[in-house]
Amino acid sequence: MTFFLSCLISGISLGSVYAIIALGYTMVYGIAKMLNFAHGDVIMVGGYVCYCALNYLGLPSLVSVLLAMAACTALGILIEGLAYKPLRQAGSLAVLITAIGVSYFLQNAAQLIWGATPKTFTSVVHIELPQTLTNVGVSSEALVTVLVCVVIMVGLTLFINKSKLGKAMRACSEDKGAAQLMGINVNRTISVTFAIGSALAAVAGVLLCSSFPILQPTTGSMPGIKAFTAAVFGGIGSIPGAFLGGILLGIIESLAKGYISTDLANAIVFAVLIVVLLVRPAGLLGKYVPEKV
Amino acid sequence: MAEKKFEKGRMVPVPSHSIIPERDLGKTPILECTHLGIDFGGLKAVDDFTLTIGRTEIAGLIGPNGAGKTTVFNLLTKVYHPTRGTILLDGIDTAGKSTIQINRMGIARTFQNIRLFSNLSVEDNVKIGLHNQEKYSTLSAVLRLPAYWKKEKAAHEKALELLSIFDMQDMAGYKAGSLPYGAQRRLEIVRALATDPKLLLLDEPAAGMNPSETAELMENIAKIRDTFQIAILLIEHDMNLVMGICEGICVLNFGQIIAKGTAEDIQNDPQVIEAYLGKRKEAAPC
Repeated sequence: MTFFLSCLISGISLGSVYAIIALGYTMVYGIAKMLNFAHGDVIMVGGYVCYCALNYLGLPSLVSVLLAMAACTALGILIEGLAYKPLRQAGSLAVLITAIGVSYFLQNAAQLIWGATPKTFTSVVHIELPQTLTNVGVSSEALVTVLVCVVIMVGLTLFINKSKLGKAMRACSEDKGAAQLMGINVNRTISVTFAIGSALAAVAGVLLCSSFPILQPTTGSMPGIKAFTAAVFGGIGSIPGAFLGGILLGIIESLAKGYISTDLANAIVFAVLIVVLLVRPAGLLGKYVPEKV
Repeated sequence: MAEKKFEKGRMVPVPSHSIIPERDLGKTPILECTHLGIDFGGLKAVDDFTLTIGRTEIAGLIGPNGAGKTTVFNLLTKVYHPTRGTILLDGIDTAGKSTIQINRMGIARTFQNIRLFSNLSVEDNVKIGLHNQEKYSTLSAVLRLPAYWKKEKAAHEKALELLSIFDMQDMAGYKAGSLPYGAQRRLEIVRALATDPKLLLLDEPAAGMNPSETAELMENIAKIRDTFQIAILLIEHDMNLVMGICEGICVLNFGQIIAKGTAEDIQNDPQVIEAYLGKRKEAAPC
């Protein structure tokens, strides 16, 4: 029972990281209708920036995290402006290929700057948990990860539903042309979406590296793909869907690792995705909208 | 000629310049298009389009299918940039302006095929239109600071006030996509009005409406003009509506203006009759 509980807890914690990353995927997809495959590598950059701030500049943890967020926000806006904006009118395939290109570019740039040798990330969480919690496998990192995820989820939901920028985002996601004719700056709205997604990626990167302290240029790619899976799993374009998909995916992965096989865990995760998509093609919370002919 | 009294439509509260030159002299027009034209490859979709619309005029743009009416709307809102000619809005040249800037300068439009944000609530659709006027920081919205509540309350009241023009305030909470067709068309007009336009472009507002709905729409269009003191340019195929409400009518065929004037002028214009009904055969042999 304790083993199951500790699997579940580490699953929820891992799932929270996936959920935060998946929010970035799903928001960008919802508004720009593109899959930003470079998103996973923004996580890695976030991790590295935080690592540098902690180890080379000797900054406090919180400042380092904020610095990583700022750097990733700038990076997200830069990527969108340089790589995706010129392709706004191009086909979705061209944008997809560009995103993959950006992903490789970021990985290789990171390798050039920080080298290929894995770095050991020092956790940004310094909280002592009571014995009763640590006995059932709750680490302070896991707890903070879950809390941060919940805060982000609530904040983002409020932002999307209540603020005028959030409303502009929803309007852009439905009909960019009409939104523009109502005086909404569509380009700026898309940039803001990228900025938010990338800032979240930085948070995810720091949390991920705090729990699994190995940092290398490919750190972001597997969580990135998993989070993409989570977004599709929950219904891409849906924010609660990304949250649900991320948590479920984390739990499935963790339980598969604990009870079946560590090597097969990833295969099981993707197999579950395939089954879900066969039954619900639009994901758990997605709405199936038939294409008009 | 200058004595000719204008009979059709309602009395206009503020004098304005218009398609009918006899009316509203001495006021600058809201819209002046001169020799406007756009080519798509070799096709002159609109050519030599010269039109002036007065400050509080209800003007109609009619013509057979494919005449270029919606293209004119797209030119006015800068969805297309004109190949030739100029557009002056309230005396200001709109060359090089973006769609967003045009909206802020005071042109709002509705669409031939409804383009509401169907997953947003009716109220939020209107608030999207109010977007330009609402000023509060995003942070205050997320943290729900007093500034947010104050502005949001004002926006809420404004939205309901606008919706009440069409007696739609009770529908504020519904999803826009779930409204019946006629209500969606009305909501599009409200959303456009929310952007505080000086010139409202209505693209086939009566399309798909039954005669009683159309009659109600006519009243509402006049009411909007009287309440907001704005100019309205509408594209419409329903001749009852056009002839009943438009003070000036412009007829387009193959991208060119073939007639301008009052409903009466238009109805008796041989070129218009030809465009709609074809040429009369001379003494058909029997």
